[in-house]
Amino acid sequence: MNLHEFQAKGILKKSGVAIQEGYVANNGNEAVDVAKKLTEETGTGWWVIKAQIHAGGRGKGGGVKLAKNLDEVRSVADSIIGMDLVTPQTSKEGKRVHKVLVAQDVYYPGENEPEEYYMSVLLNRNTGKNMFMYSTEGGMDIESVAEKTPHLIFTEEIDPKVGVQGFQARRIAFNLGLSGQAFKQMVKFVFALYKAYETNDASLFEINPVLKTSDDKIIAVDAKVSLDDNALFRHPDLAEMRDITEEDATEVEAAEYSLNYVKLDGNVGCMVNGAGLAMATMDIIKLSGGDPANFLDVGGTANAERVERAFRIILSDPNVKAILVNIFGGIVRCDRVAQGVVDAYKSIGDIPVPIIVRLQGTNAEEAKKIIDESGLKVHSAILLQEAADAVKEVLA
Amino acid sequence: MSVLVNKNSKIIVQGFTGKEGTFHAEQMIAYGTNLVGGVTPGKGGGEHLGKPIFNTVSDAVKEAGANVSIIFVPPAFAADAIMEAADAGIGVIVCITEGIPTRDMITVQEYLVGKNSRLIGPNCPGVITPEEAKVGIMPGFVFKKGKVGIVSKSGTLTYEAADQVVKAGLGISTAIGIGGDPIIGTTTKEAVEMFMNDPETEGIVMIGEIGGSMEADAAKWIKENGIKPVVGFIAGQTAPKGRKMGHAGAIVGGKDDTAEAKMKIMAECGIHVVASPAKIGATMAEVLA
Repeated sequence: MNLHEFQAKGILKKSGVAIQEGYVANNGNEAVDVAKKLTEETGTGWWVIKAQIHAGGRGKGGGVKLAKNLDEVRSVADSIIGMDLVTPQTSKEGKRVHKVLVAQDVYYPGENEPEEYYMSVLLNRNTGKNMFMYSTEGGMDIESVAEKTPHLIFTEEIDPKVGVQGFQARRIAFNLGLSGQAFKQMVKFVFALYKAYETNDASLFEINPVLKTSDDKIIAVDAKVSLDDNALFRHPDLAEMRDITEEDATEVEAAEYSLNYVKLDGNVGCMVNGAGLAMATMDIIKLSGGDPANFLDVGGTANAERVERAFRIILSDPNVKAILVNIFGGIVRCDRVAQGVVDAYKSIGDIPVPIIVRLQGTNAEEAKKIIDESGLKVHSAILLQEAADAVKEVLA
Repeated sequence: MSVLVNKNSKIIVQGFTGKEGTFHAEQMIAYGTNLVGGVTPGKGGGEHLGKPIFNTVSDAVKEAGANVSIIFVPPAFAADAIMEAADAGIGVIVCITEGIPTRDMITVQEYLVGKNSRLIGPNCPGVITPEEAKVGIMPGFVFKKGKVGIVSKSGTLTYEAADQVVKAGLGISTAIGIGGDPIIGTTTKEAVEMFMNDPETEGIVMIGEIGGSMEADAAKWIKENGIKPVVGFIAGQTAPKGRKMGHAGAIVGGKDDTAEAKMKIMAECGIHVVASPAKIGATMAEVLA
């Protein structure tokens, strides 16, 4: 589960991480109110208005703007809220903005030049341990830094027995070239960030940029946080932060029926039991000359109700020109699934696209017979290769 | 021979009397697996499915000589169950549970260091040695005895591969579902290594998916140490970047996570890589001919 910047910053602050302060607002008037409040509390003279959507690169799409007086706060907030913000990480239709974060201006002039760094905490899958990844190249897309200047990216692995240690925090601060007050602040920042990551069962905390202000403070200016879905049961407060308006409506609906669905851009829908076989089925669609329109795992109980629900979800995508059902029946019997497909088909009425049903495993022959004798426009197959050939045939 | 489990394994079920545990324990017994009992704290001394119930895993080890455990405990308690099995000296721990928090698995991984236990999974279909022992949730009839070892991150795709291998006139020595989570007990490389050392296994099917570097690590090991042919497939060639495809670990983050990158390195290391999942069995038959 992903969080908004304002939610992520709230969590960081609770753990003692210094942040760029701000308040969330739903419209221009609210933005002005919180801007005033922010100035009282922080003394900020200007404000940064930041669109709150689950995607990075917001500045490039015009979703982050500076306001130099309260009239500008109102007009900028009103112009950003309601816009369909297109960034390098969104689809070309963009994402509708519902909220903005009114934040303090932290790039004020002072004794030193402000500097930006990159820092994240995440799982290193190769070692099964958490690690810090950080760089002197902040405020930029870290993947392009990794590609062009990999020597500027550092990592620090955390021993789960003892957590992050002082020497590690100091090493990070030294590698970032810090000294004096900024060095001390960074050490504190590293400890607090790790605490935020661990106590909230996160799978990613990415702070880009971490800012050294002109008066040597170290603060988080942006924050991208992903939480471990499997651990949400022990964080009911975090689970409540879920914003389903940021998710694909069809995917949310599918999840309500325990269908694991991911929408894709292709023309052949698929319905499969098991995640690995579902990915393999997408691959075979591609090899047969189509493009997968979705990933859909119906799980272990492929009964008539679930099959019908899955069909309806797949058919809600107008790009779908054919549907491949691929079930390997083990404990679930294929003849039952076949009957489910037939019942679902009849219940939906006329399905406008060809359907290929491949049932393999327990009672596969009986299942094929049920499909073949149903009188419906359904191609049946037993071998995976037969299913692939059938996809090729219907697309031709 | 075979690997991990055989007809002499003494198997217990943790989470024995729960719905999942009961259903699959029945299936395992029906397959002929040597199930010697199960563990449900608080119900020790009783009997379930004609087998003794123990309060703790160490009781099961002491009283029934258990050396393999299969876990059907809910996600919130599964890490504890794995560590209990390791503490009791269980040699092979198979964890079926899906949805264990990553933080718990980091703790488990750390706990297992220096213990004499091998963890398979979590979030996996288990292990089967045909005609000897089914320690998992797979449909037993698909797996006919033979000389091909299968290691896979997925459930139904493992059954698919086994079915093709059997239909190609070969059979299975042991099939190991290692699981689709970001942190799993036994890696692809370790499973491959077991098969390379197993005299009964003549060829290996290695099925991976997007995310992580396990297939690449296995491929590099095979290049140096491989003495048997390996057929490989990577699921998710068409998966988009940044989206989790069902399994918690099946996500393309960086460019090394892609199916394309994995298939390339596997091919370079001498693995017979198939682009189509429909060609796994036929390719294995060709390379063993």
